[in-house]
Amino acid sequence: MPLVKRGRIVEDDYLRLVDDAAIPEDGAVLVSAKRLLASAGDSAQRVGATGVLWPNDRPIAELAPHLDRLAMVALGFPNFKDGRAYSQARILRERYRFRGELRATGQILRDQFLFLYRAGFDAFDVTKPADALVFAEAVSRYSGFYQPGESVSTLARRHMAAAE
Amino acid sequence: MYVYDDFDRTLVAERVADFRDQVARRLAGELTEDEFKPLRLMNGVYLQLHAYMLRVAVPYGTLSSRQLRTLARIGRRYDRHYGHFTTRQNLQFNWIKLSDLPDAMAELAEAGLHGMQTSGNCVRNITTDQWAGVAPDEIEDPRVWAEILRRHSTLHPEFTFLPRKFKIAVTAAKRDRAAVRVHDIGLRLHKNAAGEAGFEVIVGGGLGRTPFIGKTIKPFLPKRDLLSYVEAILRVYNQYGRRDNIYKARIKILVHELGAEKFASEVEAEWLTIKDGALAIDPALVTAIASHFRYPRYAPLVDNPPELARARGNDAAFDTWFRNAVARHKAAGYAIVTLSLKPEGGPPGDATSDQMDAVADLADRYSAGEIRVGHEQNLVLPHVAQRDLHALWQALDAIGVATPNVGLVSDIISCPGLDYCSLANTRSIPVAQELTRRFRDLAAQRELGRLHINISGCINACGHHHVGHIGILGVEKNGEEFYQITLGGRADEEAELGALVGPAVPYAEVADMVEDVVAAYRELRAGPQELFIDTVKRIGVEPFKERVYAAR
Repeated sequence: MPLVKRGRIVEDDYLRLVDDAAIPEDGAVLVSAKRLLASAGDSAQRVGATGVLWPNDRPIAELAPHLDRLAMVALGFPNFKDGRAYSQARILRERYRFRGELRATGQILRDQFLFLYRAGFDAFDVTKPADALVFAEAVSRYSGFYQPGESVSTLARRHMAAAE
Repeated sequence: MYVYDDFDRTLVAERVADFRDQVARRLAGELTEDEFKPLRLMNGVYLQLHAYMLRVAVPYGTLSSRQLRTLARIGRRYDRHYGHFTTRQNLQFNWIKLSDLPDAMAELAEAGLHGMQTSGNCVRNITTDQWAGVAPDEIEDPRVWAEILRRHSTLHPEFTFLPRKFKIAVTAAKRDRAAVRVHDIGLRLHKNAAGEAGFEVIVGGGLGRTPFIGKTIKPFLPKRDLLSYVEAILRVYNQYGRRDNIYKARIKILVHELGAEKFASEVEAEWLTIKDGALAIDPALVTAIASHFRYPRYAPLVDNPPELARARGNDAAFDTWFRNAVARHKAAGYAIVTLSLKPEGGPPGDATSDQMDAVADLADRYSAGEIRVGHEQNLVLPHVAQRDLHALWQALDAIGVATPNVGLVSDIISCPGLDYCSLANTRSIPVAQELTRRFRDLAAQRELGRLHINISGCINACGHHHVGHIGILGVEKNGEEFYQITLGGRADEEAELGALVGPAVPYAEVADMVEDVVAAYRELRAGPQELFIDTVKRIGVEPFKERVYAAR
């Protein structure tokens, strides 16, 4: 499963830890939500980056107090039709101002790249290798959107200019 | 009329290119049907019993004559020379080939038409009053707000994979012709005590297998907050709506399970964090969007001109049609004309390509080139000068869309049923056709007064049987078609769900049963002025049940 980050296929630096494995002091690790919440104090001493795999049926507000010690949050799409993590992503980015890596993981297909990207994800565990190769093309299919945040403010300005 | 700008055109064209690529990948086997399905649905493409079906969006039910001609041409070129107008003001083509779909969509796009978000678990086509902009009883044109919502919900990055489909309707009139109380979100524009216009926000209405009348969670929402508040509702729903059971995934179930108050407080909390952000609506944007709606320059005419009075006096058939199908317009000397797509023996809501072309020509000649689609599956010419009505009527009659049965017992709303739909348990259209034959006597129909029959061929309730004055629901029992009858439903400002009158009857008896219900109404009504719906409200269904089942 290739990882696409900033539009390119890259090596995944994160080591996925099972719940009872010891957390190494350095090196990037990805822990479960349960592990993160149980070891609230531990990872503060870590040298390496810590990421969490946050489930899509757990309120994202519970993660907020821990964000400053996280370099990465991975949000799950157990099935590409299950869109809960789109809301979690936007809340993380827009309400909690999370600036670290936001990774989409699970069933991540080409035709969802654009929605994911626009919701704030910047890393993608792509399910099909062929899809990963066309990432850049898939997210640049449209020249504009109606929603604010990307092009709607320009749209609004343009409309206002047109109305004058 | 809504006029597309370059931005709209570019987006639709890019969407067609996107879909063309998706179809190519599906045909090449790179996408599984499971992966392709949500993609095609979001472009309005269903796989029905016999073929693919394309549902074309008619935003807020407004079409230009050019768009209607395009639909006529697509019907000729890719389908069987007809289309079907739906209860969501859209148009469906029932016999289109998957490989032809991208080309058909590209042709549609040239006329500013598309199938985007007419299906799938996203925000669907926003519906409104088919008389929007011309109705005398509205406070402003609700299509401006429908358009603001259409834009905001199109390819929304957060709400394209909701638990289930999501339907929004807007009304700005006293009489609710948009059925806002039976939508996921219903918006009623009205004025508060200070004279400012804002929205009553109603959530969790809907039909289907678990029908609910929506609950008001915000009696008055300022206009500037419309998008942020709708966003908050969708965000709560996207996170907490059920995904374990497709039949419990609509927002109405979440509202019901949480309780309207708790749901409202969740929305409120979410809304307070975003209301003053990028979604706060700038009045300049509203003005700009309103400027996309073009209205005809009405001539200074007077109501009831001598030409009209003379024609009504001389031509009884015209006068009958006039009293049935013509409604008051906000401009003096003009009228709103409803075209019945419910001829005797016809499938409700169907129009042939030839009829569409003819209606487009008549719209150019008599209605400033504009046509509306109503949720009752009829068409409307919204800007007709009263002095032209007689000539228009003759032309409409010649193409079979002047049956004077608008709002009467044979103006039936029906889903496609087992003739087309892969979900249906029973036939719907043949039941509707038989009923139009039973009630063919137009004088007798008029004598009955306003009476809505709604037919659904399965529990998904696409024919809105719950809100029919007489509702007919097809169910399957041991491989046979049976029909349940409900009475007293309505979708207007006094929305109610119908009550079951008694045990289901087999296909062969359903038309008899409806005739018996109507006969019972004649006996039971307080007088000829009491409408069917008012009789049911006054005495309930029991007296109907006693009479109808006495002989069964």
